[in-house]
Amino acid sequence: MSKANLLDRRSVVSSLLAERKDAIVVGGLGASTYDIAACGDHDRNFYLWGAMGGAVMIGLGMALAQPTLPVVVITGDGEMLMGMGSLATVGLQKPKNLTIVVLDNEVYGETGASADLVGVARACGIADSRAVATMAEIEAYAQATQDVASGPRFASIKIDSANLERVLSSRDGQYTVTRIRGALGFGPI
Amino acid sequence: MHARTEAASESSPETTASWPEEIFAILQRFEVRQVPYVPDAGHSQLIERVLGAPSMRAVPLTTEEEGVAMLAGAWAGGQRGVLLMQSSGVGNCVNMLSLTQIFRFPFLTLVTMRGEWGEFNPWQVPMGSSTAGVFELSGIKVLRASHPEEVREVVEAAAGQAYNACTPTAVLLSQRLIGAKVFTK
Repeated sequence: MSKANLLDRRSVVSSLLAERKDAIVVGGLGASTYDIAACGDHDRNFYLWGAMGGAVMIGLGMALAQPTLPVVVITGDGEMLMGMGSLATVGLQKPKNLTIVVLDNEVYGETGASADLVGVARACGIADSRAVATMAEIEAYAQATQDVASGPRFASIKIDSANLERVLSSRDGQYTVTRIRGALGFGPI
Repeated sequence: MHARTEAASESSPETTASWPEEIFAILQRFEVRQVPYVPDAGHSQLIERVLGAPSMRAVPLTTEEEGVAMLAGAWAGGQRGVLLMQSSGVGNCVNMLSLTQIFRFPFLTLVTMRGEWGEFNPWQVPMGSSTAGVFELSGIKVLRASHPEEVREVVEAAAGQAYNACTPTAVLLSQRLIGAKVFTK
């Protein structure tokens, strides 16, 4: 259940995306995608409804393809644990424009499968890995995500485990990708 | 214990073969930019070439499924890629291969085969035997090259249908082509 000092996930994501500008935002399947959709639809939103464990790698492919654009992956701790090796892959490539934000409700922790993801990310070579704990810190962090010269960076944000209303984005992957490509100036084949 | 030899029987066909050069030239011609891979002896010559190519980004992976997701992100960002792996890694990709249908992106993978043609290691045989079937069940077209002289046209056809027609395609590079790995005591 909700504990004191834990943040509301919708407020966190809303703050992270408030000044997103040209950023591409990748949402891990499930609640993270709902959180991003709750901030309003956007043609640079990369919504995932499956491919658990793949969010960071989709972000890496995008970040390498578009090195001048901020790429922000927002995902849950369970999704991150399933793709934990991708932190090592990112740590080796060090894309300066990639930010990974894990919304950690510690539900995995309650079942005994918790991990210190900040420690993991740092050990994988992502030097700027930190826990972000207050809304003021999140506002500052949102600014940092715009910096495409100092990544990669990783943040874990402890959120409460309240089950919020689902805000459904499009589930059509071709639509999503075609729309992002269009926003970046790429046409269909 | 069995040690893997660095004997000529294992390494020299790879380091002198011309077909990896032909694959590299095709990837260059199709403007492939991202090359995720899991290190593999059969792909070593090609990986070396990619690592030395300024226009290409070689990205070693911790597991092959990462490469499928990465190529989807690359495509959304306007770049083409190719995933290099061994047959044992294909099983690691199964759920992530959904992305080829969900996004209909130009997915190409080149797979060095184990578990066939004089295989020494029984642990390679189950996955090697089901590699083509796994791809087909996942909606990926499968082409195969077993002889050096056919590699170029097979990979060219695969790249053409993947990149021009967004038809997800896997090329199996037979163990007969690469040479069975030699183990000695």
